[in-house]
Amino acid sequence: MARHRDPLLWRGLAAAGFPGARVRWLELPGSFRRYVFPLLVLGVLLLVFLPLRNPDPGFLITCAIAYALWVMPRVPRKIVLPLVVVALAFLYPLYVDKLYALPVLETFPAMTTMVPVAIFMVMALGLNMVVGYAGLLDLGYVVFYAIGAYVAAWFASPIFAGATSNFGAAGVAPGFPGIHISIWILILAAGIITAVFGVIIGLPTLRLRGDYLAIVTLGFGEILPQVARNGENVFGFNLTNGPRGITPIDSPGFGGWSFLSEAGTYLNPTTFFYWGGLVLVAITIFSSWRLRDSRLGRAWIAIREDETAAAAMGVPLMRTKTWSYAAGAFFGGLAGCWFAAYKTGVFPDDFYFQISIFVLCMVILGGMGNIWGVLLGAAFLTYLDIEGLGNIGAWVNDNVGTNIDIPQIKFGIYGLIILAVMLFRPQGLLPEARRKAEFEDALHGDELSEPKVAGERS
Amino acid sequence: MVAQAHTHVVRIRQSWVARVTPYLGLALVALVVAWLIVNAVKEPANFFEVLLIGVSNGALYGLVALGYTLVYGILQLINFAHGDVFMLGGMICITLVTEVFRLGEGENGFVLFLSILGLLALTMIACGLINATVELVAYRRLRNAPRLAPLITAIGASFLLSNIALAVWGPEYLTLDPILPRSEVFSVGGVEYRWNQLIVLLITVPVLLGLVYLVQNTRQGKAMRAVAQDKDAAGMMGIDVNRTISFTFLIAGALAGTAGVIYALYYTNVRFDQGFQLGLIAFTAAVLGGIGNLPGAVLGALLIGLIQAFNEGLAWHAPGASWTQSIVFGILILILVFRPAGLLGEGEPEGA
Repeated sequence: MARHRDPLLWRGLAAAGFPGARVRWLELPGSFRRYVFPLLVLGVLLLVFLPLRNPDPGFLITCAIAYALWVMPRVPRKIVLPLVVVALAFLYPLYVDKLYALPVLETFPAMTTMVPVAIFMVMALGLNMVVGYAGLLDLGYVVFYAIGAYVAAWFASPIFAGATSNFGAAGVAPGFPGIHISIWILILAAGIITAVFGVIIGLPTLRLRGDYLAIVTLGFGEILPQVARNGENVFGFNLTNGPRGITPIDSPGFGGWSFLSEAGTYLNPTTFFYWGGLVLVAITIFSSWRLRDSRLGRAWIAIREDETAAAAMGVPLMRTKTWSYAAGAFFGGLAGCWFAAYKTGVFPDDFYFQISIFVLCMVILGGMGNIWGVLLGAAFLTYLDIEGLGNIGAWVNDNVGTNIDIPQIKFGIYGLIILAVMLFRPQGLLPEARRKAEFEDALHGDELSEPKVAGERS
Repeated sequence: MVAQAHTHVVRIRQSWVARVTPYLGLALVALVVAWLIVNAVKEPANFFEVLLIGVSNGALYGLVALGYTLVYGILQLINFAHGDVFMLGGMICITLVTEVFRLGEGENGFVLFLSILGLLALTMIACGLINATVELVAYRRLRNAPRLAPLITAIGASFLLSNIALAVWGPEYLTLDPILPRSEVFSVGGVEYRWNQLIVLLITVPVLLGLVYLVQNTRQGKAMRAVAQDKDAAGMMGIDVNRTISFTFLIAGALAGTAGVIYALYYTNVRFDQGFQLGLIAFTAAVLGGIGNLPGAVLGALLIGLIQAFNEGLAWHAPGASWTQSIVFGILILILVFRPAGLLGEGEPEGA
């Protein structure tokens, strides 16, 4: 335990010849003290902005909102902050092209980036239920994503030309071959089918100890994309159309309104998929939050902390773990279905192993188990993956004079992030209080104490 | 009542899955054997050639699998970065051959012999140090952390190493002009056994014997076995646990380096992302033989090598190379689910 030291400011003032500054400051009334620092910051901000001839209105508004949220007392802030975040997120397509340039990163994420951001948020929250809540390491999460996407592809595209049926699908000409079911129904169906698949994978494998489970899921994650690539001719039946993929997938419209031809308006396909993705994110957040606090969620956390103790207290291990798999798979399927609809096609090369690790990296970076942390990790890493790394790389190459292709080694950067976070801040950027305690206990625990995890020999 | 209770035999009810599994396993093996026999009868020459390729593959996998098994035995950790250390070994070897040794085809036998020894020594040292560094950086701090933590850092380390190779050597295959002599050693029924195939075994067998000697007969090997059995007790007996673990990683890395040299010389091209794939196959071999068990790793590797070669090389009803990964991982999953102890493993690994 380090000795308590006064903050730098007081030590500096004491050194400058005002030894009693701290005491005198603390004697001032609290209502006065609370506003001094914000007012100082406001002064600095005004000093920065007043000399500018044409300050960017977007930047001014950002500063004003941030400042208002910062000085707001705690009670209204708890309500206002989420409202502001939700409003900003939903209105993003309306103001994105009016935003100012950022240093280094250059631009705010474009709409084509924001759709994958929403999709990866859903995936990361789904994986968080398995890794963060139940503590089961799943290295093959991409399987569920792929199944969700292929469900969309099978039931909303001309792949099965033998059947011709249309059930509420938008923008499909009568007599167009293939099964066409409305994407809105398929999203739910994809989630359920994927969850069932999660149970099928889980039932035999969840008995295994943690690291064996990880490697088995990894095995499934390698097998399934290969099946998709080779599935052109499964005993004479074209299941996945092989590496050429399945395309086109119907648009998720309503009736005759398919959204696919409205480019340039506010309701162009990208904006539409973004808003749909946000709704999915909202549903996933709500489900995560309610599941975590439910009987089942508490059982997951109990298993994560000590499997043996949980079993002794009457938690049915297999059933609880299988449910966590099913829940995680469900949201992976949702994300996959929405992604397939967004890309209007499914290609086996979209489902490589690295995606599983990429999503895992989001969960770890944000903080395993914490919903907001995981959302932050997903948004940040997806943005980096699609736009950020390219911009940062260009900036570095321009300013340092190097010539590194940074997007090419992006998985090395994710690997580095995983390593750095696990070694120096295993609880993640926004830790869940309970998880943090677990890791700190482990890192600073007595060398010879009993192992913390069931079945571990230290 | 009491007497009755003594005579009563307690019968543990086995689930039907547990009762049926051995028969299903036997049926599967019988099917594979029948398929092999049909192939051998139809085209014996092809069969024999594929068999030899399988043995070479198996020797290579064996070296990598031993690294997994050594590390697993001592830390109960799947060192995902191991495959990438192997890949780096291949890269280092090719760079050494083209930049330092400047060898070409048809070198004088004695020069070639000395060069291969030099290549082996340098690559083994380099890979050993890389692997020990990985342990020092990625695993040592997490010795007492929840079990999944080092597994996650292992994946991070693996990605980092393969991308270091990508940054240094680029995204294309790094190729080497073949330097091993390709003349035949002997031929049976028109199938030639070539020198480059023999050299694979000539390198592998002494390295394996050396490893067995090291683990069985030296002080350091004894320390390794003690630490694998019980770290705390070994520490109390005066063994420096951290140093022993570092040494184990060093040895495992050196084995991966040997495999890298063999791969570079025999297949003559290496790419940055091959390590992870081959590492997973080798890990499957280690699990098949019984993880933590050294002879098991070699046996499993030979089997996996043969299965891969048969799958890719046989003519009659073979699924073909595009299914190799699925077959190998299918074996991995089946073994882990139905017999986690592997073929030679004694009892289940603790906690399974």
